[in-house]
Amino acid sequence: MPQDPTERRVVVTGPPRRTRRTSGYYRPRTEIDEQTTLGHTYVRSLMRSQLRVAVVVFTVLVLLVGPLPLVFATTRNAGFEWVVLGFCLYPALVLLARWYVRRAERNERDFVRLVEDR
Amino acid sequence: MNQNYVVPAVALVVLATVLVGAFGLRISRTTSDFYVASRTVGPRLNAAAISGEYLSAASFLGIAGLVLVQGPDMLWYPVGYTAGYLVLLLFVAAPLRRSGAYTLPDFAEARLASHPVRRLAGAFVVGVGWLYLLPQLQGAGLTLTVLTGAPDPLGGIIVAVVVVATVAAGGMRSITFVQAFQYWLKLTALLVPALFLVLAWQGDGAPRGAFAEPPAFRDHRVVRIDESLDLKLSRRLDVTATGAVDGRRYTEQRVDLAPGVHHVERGTRLAFGKGDRVPVADGGDNSDMSTSPESGSEERPLYATYGLILATFLGTMGLPHVVVRFYTSPHGVAARRTTVAVLALIGAFYLLPPVYGALGRLYAPELTLTGDADAAVLLLPDRMIGGIGGDLLGALVAGGAFAAFLSTASGLTMAVAGVLTQDVLPSRGVRHFRLGTLLAMAVPLAASVLVGGLPVADAVGLAFAVSASSFCPLLVLGIWWRRLTPPGAAAGMLVGGGSAFVAVTATMAAYPGTGTLHALLAWPALWSVPLGFLTMVLVSLATPGRVPAETDAILARFHLPEELRAEVKA
Repeated sequence: MPQDPTERRVVVTGPPRRTRRTSGYYRPRTEIDEQTTLGHTYVRSLMRSQLRVAVVVFTVLVLLVGPLPLVFATTRNAGFEWVVLGFCLYPALVLLARWYVRRAERNERDFVRLVEDR
Repeated sequence: MNQNYVVPAVALVVLATVLVGAFGLRISRTTSDFYVASRTVGPRLNAAAISGEYLSAASFLGIAGLVLVQGPDMLWYPVGYTAGYLVLLLFVAAPLRRSGAYTLPDFAEARLASHPVRRLAGAFVVGVGWLYLLPQLQGAGLTLTVLTGAPDPLGGIIVAVVVVATVAAGGMRSITFVQAFQYWLKLTALLVPALFLVLAWQGDGAPRGAFAEPPAFRDHRVVRIDESLDLKLSRRLDVTATGAVDGRRYTEQRVDLAPGVHHVERGTRLAFGKGDRVPVADGGDNSDMSTSPESGSEERPLYATYGLILATFLGTMGLPHVVVRFYTSPHGVAARRTTVAVLALIGAFYLLPPVYGALGRLYAPELTLTGDADAAVLLLPDRMIGGIGGDLLGALVAGGAFAAFLSTASGLTMAVAGVLTQDVLPSRGVRHFRLGTLLAMAVPLAASVLVGGLPVADAVGLAFAVSASSFCPLLVLGIWWRRLTPPGAAAGMLVGGGSAFVAVTATMAAYPGTGTLHALLAWPALWSVPLGFLTMVLVSLATPGRVPAETDAILARFHLPEELRAEVKA
């Protein structure tokens, strides 16, 4: 038995790897679970990243829609207004929504990966 | 219009609703948990259900009527109704689902752990719900009157009775399928006639100028004036009148009207010739709702448009029947995807009402005079196609319109009755829920009989304004700002929502304000939304000691993905 080199090597390298995994797996999770200050910091970072995405998309919406009444008031072209409000805005709204959902879900995936150390 | 098809179509829709309601009742009794089944609803079905509940009389009839009377500026309504869901998605959807709140008062209590704030939120749910129910009932009355000549309140009473019966029986609560079905019914009921109407329009040589100001009559037409009004003429007009114009009586006589204002008594018939411009009506009983409804889009002030945009963009998230539906999503991620599907579905639907509005300006311009502009959708099939085809299409539209009244009214009644039962009536229980349902419907029904004559979409706009200035600050700050306190939330809702409510009441009571004051009252969202946010923030900052102790844990629950939370609980 003692002349088997492979087994001896496993014993030496094994433990450190296990300890690192355990602590890496548990720490952020338990911080969040036990509502420590550090845990709240994790949650806050998630909230901040989600809010940032929401505000960016909202700003795009405001910039897209906000000037339109002024444009219509100055051009006074009913046909143009009809085409923009009746058709063109809806696809833009759906695209904005899809873009937001993709970003928000990615934020959540990243966060789960972070706290579970995967 | 031929009643032979309309009455069966409406009866069929009503009957189907009652039957499926009864069927749903039986199913939900055999299910141990009333809500669990709904919580497994996938995004697509759930989105159709949300859209089915959301697309109300205002969407179905009101938008086309407004576009007909006031031109393309009114297309901001459908855009706002849709974009409201985008704002809801950005700031509210997933955290609201994760909060586990079933209603807005539930949310207020979960977030702030304060019973008074819960009661206040409940009061606003009831107020907004009643404001929103009113136009549904009026729309139903209008539809039946226009189509069959029935007395005005009858349609509203029918809708009220059916809704109270199904909701009180408990049938409407869990039947996602009914609402989803009604979305597709409404879409079909607008889409199929629209296709035929567009074909008829093409067959007519595709006339242009739908938005020429003012619209002109395309052929000889006799208009019966239902309410006394003043006609504003910018140029000389020859009409054949039967009745009283400017105090003189005529019978089948030609009248030469000089430019200026002319008073026409109710019951007068005016015969216009081909190519005559449609005169601008002034001083009819419903002209005081928006700042310049009958005077054409050119005089419509910019702040009215911006007030409308603000109210609809931010008000959607606070509508009581919308919030309830989000609870049926399985988790936050599904809630988000559902919202995207809702955006696509209602966006698709809203492509149709403007078509009716534009065609109405071409083929039924006299509706701007008679005050029945909301009926444009119902009248166009008969007017443009006629014969049995027109009758059948008209019946389809009428059925779809009733589906719209029923689905939205049930959702609202449900939400209002829930609040009344839980927070107002003394004890809980099924019997009190039935009492609550009755109460929830009785008030708007009485109001619709008494008040009458508000344009459907405008009344809905007022409900949005109140919702935007009370619930929008509560939801957005409650979800994203950890320093919100119960006194802050209460003060914000009271000041923002309360002032919007007062403004709305003053406008509905036809408060004789003029100029700036009237404009501020008619479009309260522009000032009441910032006021609500500001009050909520300032009072919260002034009462830092009142931040609920569990705020951090609650916000973690709102924002953490479910896969992490499942183990948090364990």
